[in-house]
Amino acid sequence: MSGQTGPVCVVLIAILVLWYVGAVFMNAPTQIDRYNRADQTWTTGQLIEDTLAQDRPILPAPHQVAVEMYHTIFAIKITSKRSLVYHSWVTLSSTLLGFGIGTLLGVLLAVGIVHVMTLEKSLMPWVISSQTIPILAIAPMIIVVLGAIGIKGLVPKAVISTYLCFFPVTISMVKGLRSPQVIQLDLMRTYNASKWQTFWQLRLPSAMPYLFASLKVAIAISLVGAIVGELPTGAQAGLGARLLAGSYYGQTIQIWSALLTAAFVAAILVVIVGWCERRVLARMGVKS
Amino acid sequence: MTLKQVVNNVAEMPASKKAVVDIKKLSLTFQTADGPVYALSDVDLTIEEGDFVSFIGPSGCGKTTLLRVIADLEQATGGEISINGVTPHEAREKRAYGYVFQAPALLPWRSIERNVTLPLEIMEISKEERVKRAQEALKLVELNGFEKKFPWQLSGGMQQRASIARALSFDADLLLMDEPFGALDEIVRDHLNEQLLKLWARTNKTVAFVTHSIPEAVYLSSKIVVMSPRPGRIIDVIETDFPKDRTLDIRETPEFLEIAHRVREGLRAGHSNDE
Repeated sequence: MSGQTGPVCVVLIAILVLWYVGAVFMNAPTQIDRYNRADQTWTTGQLIEDTLAQDRPILPAPHQVAVEMYHTIFAIKITSKRSLVYHSWVTLSSTLLGFGIGTLLGVLLAVGIVHVMTLEKSLMPWVISSQTIPILAIAPMIIVVLGAIGIKGLVPKAVISTYLCFFPVTISMVKGLRSPQVIQLDLMRTYNASKWQTFWQLRLPSAMPYLFASLKVAIAISLVGAIVGELPTGAQAGLGARLLAGSYYGQTIQIWSALLTAAFVAAILVVIVGWCERRVLARMGVKS
Repeated sequence: MTLKQVVNNVAEMPASKKAVVDIKKLSLTFQTADGPVYALSDVDLTIEEGDFVSFIGPSGCGKTTLLRVIADLEQATGGEISINGVTPHEAREKRAYGYVFQAPALLPWRSIERNVTLPLEIMEISKEERVKRAQEALKLVELNGFEKKFPWQLSGGMQQRASIARALSFDADLLLMDEPFGALDEIVRDHLNEQLLKLWARTNKTVAFVTHSIPEAVYLSSKIVVMSPRPGRIIDVIETDFPKDRTLDIRETPEFLEIAHRVREGLRAGHSNDE
């Protein structure tokens, strides 16, 4: 880790510099317009200062977003409707539910596809074509249809997460469950091992690296699914709702802080999956 | 075509020896897109209890295929084969043999001990018994002390020994070995050959051993089966009478060189038939 700190910091600083420069240039026209209307004279220094302190900037400056995030994450009670912790939890809970169901579904589909020839022929085209439908198009339909039969709140959003995240799990697990070498399968055959024994002793352990690679993708898109699922619900709660509400009222600072929070949550989730991966693979004797 | 010659006096062998593998007129044809491939043709062979039989021949002569037919990993398309009086399929169901592949094929996520206990786990043998038998098997291949290591922590030769221990762990009377030492260097191979001979002498198992090394075949075997390709067939069966506790020194003896010469002649004849 220590070897990476330097490069990471350099990239971070570069992003912040670009962001500030971008904020000044993007907000300058409205700021100059404002000076002109007020018949005010201005200097470049004043212009820069003001472009970084607008109420509804086109591109808010990093420190504005940071202040907003600090305020909405730490300063406000987490039960408040304005707390990002509250909204993050709303999104996170459906992310995790969708991720759980999606992973289970993905693994079960893969097990079926690997073991039953007809399932591969009949299911695989559907699995693949399911992902060609834009999620933004199908998400409102899922919310509406499930809403019509009385399912509201957490579950419809989780269904959208599931819809997105089962796919990488299925594809990777099919590959992973097929990854044992012929010689290993022959070995199991010489022991007259049942399909079930071959699955537990050989196929599943062989598939673990594939599973974890797909879980990292799955958890991140599961979060995306939950956020997308919050958009058509009329912006009640969740990070998606904060994004939507922000855009209704031109609250760009609010949008950016919700966006960054979503990115942090996603990063933390991926790190947690990565940690589990290292633990599991270390127990499986993989040299680190 | 099958030219059977017996160097040593067969009458000396005890008459009561049981046939472990009995093969009559066996053939195997693979149907491929480019037409049929005659992997085995008209093979007759008997492997008796306690035999160490080597199969030697150039690649494509069907020696591995023959071993795989015995193991029920391939099915013959003609002729008869019985293992301990039953079909290869029934023999496999009874776990009648241990198979050692060209590569160790150890499961990388299992420790050496747990690799050795894998077949025992599949056979649903209790845990204490599994550990006990793994200990014994690892001792036979001189790998005790490495139980908790993972495969990648062992050299290639040690990995192959672990795979032999795995094949020994459930104490099948028949050991099928498919070029187990093919990928190892000469020195390691000599050492493992010696160990394998000791093991054979001690356990009195029946061994079928595929190799493409003439010295290895002659050194190890009580019976050498020389094979030839296209179609895969047996062209010579040579019996030897080196004592079971032979050492590597016998490789310098005239008998050894004579048999090696005969094997080489057989292989050469097989080739000239073909070209």
